[in-house]
Amino acid sequence: MKSAVLGKDLLGLERLSPDQIRLVLDTAEPFKEVSERPIKKVPALRGKTIVNLFFEASTRTRISFEFAEKRLSADTVNVAATGSSVQKGETLVDTAKNLEAMRIDMVVIRHPSSGVAEFLGNRIRSNVINAGDGQHEHPTQGLLDLLTIRDKHGRIEGLKVCLVGDVLHSRVARSNIWGLLKLGAEVGVCGPDTLMPRGIEELGVCRFRRIEEAVEWADVLNVLRLQLERMEKGFIPSLREYYRVFGVTVERLERAPRRLTIMHPGPMNRGVEIDSRVADGSHSVILDQVTNGVAVRMAVLYLLAGGRPELAAAAKRASPPGPLSTSWRGGTTGAPE
Amino acid sequence: MTRPIVLRGGRVIDPSRDFDQTADVLIQDGRIAAVGVGLGAPDEAEVRDVRGGVVAPGLVDIHVHLREPGNEDVETIASGTRAAAAGGFTAVCAMPNTDPVTDNQAAVGFIVRQATLAGLTRVYPIGAISVGQKGEQLSEFGEMVGAGAVAVSDDGKPVVSSHLMRTALEYARTFDIPVADHCEEPTLASGGVMHEGLVAARLGLKGIPAAAEEIMVERDILLAQLTGAHVHLCHVSTRGSVDLIRRAKEQGIRVTAEVTPHHLALTDGACEGYDTHAKMNPPLREAADVAALRAALKEGVIDCVASDHAPHAYDAKEAAFDDAPFGIIGLETAFAVAYTELVESGLFTLPELIARMSTAPAKLLALAGGTLGPAAPADVVVLDVTARWKVDPTLFFSKSRNTPFAGRTLAGRAALTVVGGKVVHEAKARGAPAPAPSP
Repeated sequence: MKSAVLGKDLLGLERLSPDQIRLVLDTAEPFKEVSERPIKKVPALRGKTIVNLFFEASTRTRISFEFAEKRLSADTVNVAATGSSVQKGETLVDTAKNLEAMRIDMVVIRHPSSGVAEFLGNRIRSNVINAGDGQHEHPTQGLLDLLTIRDKHGRIEGLKVCLVGDVLHSRVARSNIWGLLKLGAEVGVCGPDTLMPRGIEELGVCRFRRIEEAVEWADVLNVLRLQLERMEKGFIPSLREYYRVFGVTVERLERAPRRLTIMHPGPMNRGVEIDSRVADGSHSVILDQVTNGVAVRMAVLYLLAGGRPELAAAAKRASPPGPLSTSWRGGTTGAPE
Repeated sequence: MTRPIVLRGGRVIDPSRDFDQTADVLIQDGRIAAVGVGLGAPDEAEVRDVRGGVVAPGLVDIHVHLREPGNEDVETIASGTRAAAAGGFTAVCAMPNTDPVTDNQAAVGFIVRQATLAGLTRVYPIGAISVGQKGEQLSEFGEMVGAGAVAVSDDGKPVVSSHLMRTALEYARTFDIPVADHCEEPTLASGGVMHEGLVAARLGLKGIPAAAEEIMVERDILLAQLTGAHVHLCHVSTRGSVDLIRRAKEQGIRVTAEVTPHHLALTDGACEGYDTHAKMNPPLREAADVAALRAALKEGVIDCVASDHAPHAYDAKEAAFDDAPFGIIGLETAFAVAYTELVESGLFTLPELIARMSTAPAKLLALAGGTLGPAAPADVVVLDVTARWKVDPTLFFSKSRNTPFAGRTLAGRAALTVVGGKVVHEAKARGAPAPAPSP
């Protein structure tokens, strides 16, 4: 089912317009409050069935999606690659066809190969939400990062945001780059060349090879997770040296000309890419990111289901009376708007 | 014996003799009997009016994968040579990465026999360099050549050991065959699925840098220089490789090279949308590489076009980009892609293209064909260069459909293909298949 504002699928931020991105962020605002209530549930997606299809281990993202779905009253099923038909050799196409045959409304997919969300989106009628595909994109993470920056700084345009670490293997980095550039931020990337994709500068980002330069330049550091196996594969000589050269430490932040905001998509390797004192310190908005993740995912689910952004505030009403209820219900059943 | 054939009134192009004029071609006893204006037809001859068409020596493809034995679901020698005939090819060279590997005289003999039974395009086997293509022990070049092999290659895999490559080159000199290498430095290319560049960075796909090819191109050139042997470089894809080959040729080193139609036509941009039909090895490169490859082919730095026809099951390509196999089919689109991209664009003359798709590859491996000279085997193609057609893979003779050109409108196709004086393909209106020839 194609939504009027986001299209059928959310595959990445590269193909969203600045207006679409702003719209998701604005739609997330009223949903933030739902999670603060004693009864954290609104009926916006009542009767919708959603499959969370995770071909790769994930705790945070899967749980965040699941809470978003449940707080919108959708019926959800979690499928993990382990122990499923996938492990028995079922192809991606067969998985897609079987999901389609069960008449589900949406699929949230996480997969270790880039492009799989698009692959699935091209083959089934249900809405597909990319919850991370290989090293390509992780759009809801990008959106929640944008929302967190906007909350903290009151704006995104004109801010200098630097992604620190393993950009090469990071879908979070790509979604951040697109989202930030589209909303008018300046984007930097910092890390050793072994962890940078070739041609990255051509996307319009500043390249820093020394963390000290990035700290001096930036308003926000988004510190990427360093997968521990990168050392085994020879991208860096040791975790110890990585921390010495690129670690975001209190000492480095103290030399910053301005107060930096520190972000991390999690899960953190304390003492590798980030100093514990930084992660737990007053610069950190890492837990705000997690909180915002639920609201952003609620917004994405709501909009893809056909919800109208201006009615999001009304949709969150626990027992929707009055004239608005038909509108949002009409939206979520996918009636053309 | 088949009836004599007179091809009357076509534009006859024979690059082997710099011949390009309207003439008749008389085919008799499986050979070119005469080329001239106003030839008389023997009584029993079949006279074909080919006015408006181009009569040329049949196309020769020195790099195809026919998948038999081992993967007959996706191609057989019969279906592959039928596809070749439809593409205007009168001879193809079959790469040895079959299952089991074509690494001994019996395996080479099997391919020759299957090709004879099919009775279509000529098939010249290429034997493996190493037993099982494992890169360890040399295969028996002598016996394979005795059984019909025309070259050796571990194609699909690079020869990783420089020592093995050296001994292969040295040993091949005894039999006067080239050693064909798939140039890829495996530790640099490891895990890569497309060209390393901006598109890969955006798509989040692991890249294969140009240097992975160029390191091995240069190594092979150095070893050819060391041994004095003939090294042939398969499917060259980068501008850096072109520079290395040019320099080597200027120094008189015995190096030859081929390029595929898709590397002449497409860039890594074709991978957008994770289109697995744009996944091949070597990968599609950048526009500057395409321009350099075209110029090199015209100059002769790259000797010939070869399709690297690589059939795969439709559902193997229906997968995540990382998981899909490398390779596309090309026999039925090779000429049209090359003609559309090179001749229609004004870069090549038609005789130049025919030279690169027939005369040069035949000469490179000393194969029959590539000429309409007196008493040459009658391996002839009639090309309809006015035809514009939309690529519809469901009409292919190949058993596979994996092409990035589906839906593209191309110019030029084979109207008639003759091997040894026998018609093996005739284009029918609306693409209907020609009657299967008797074995």
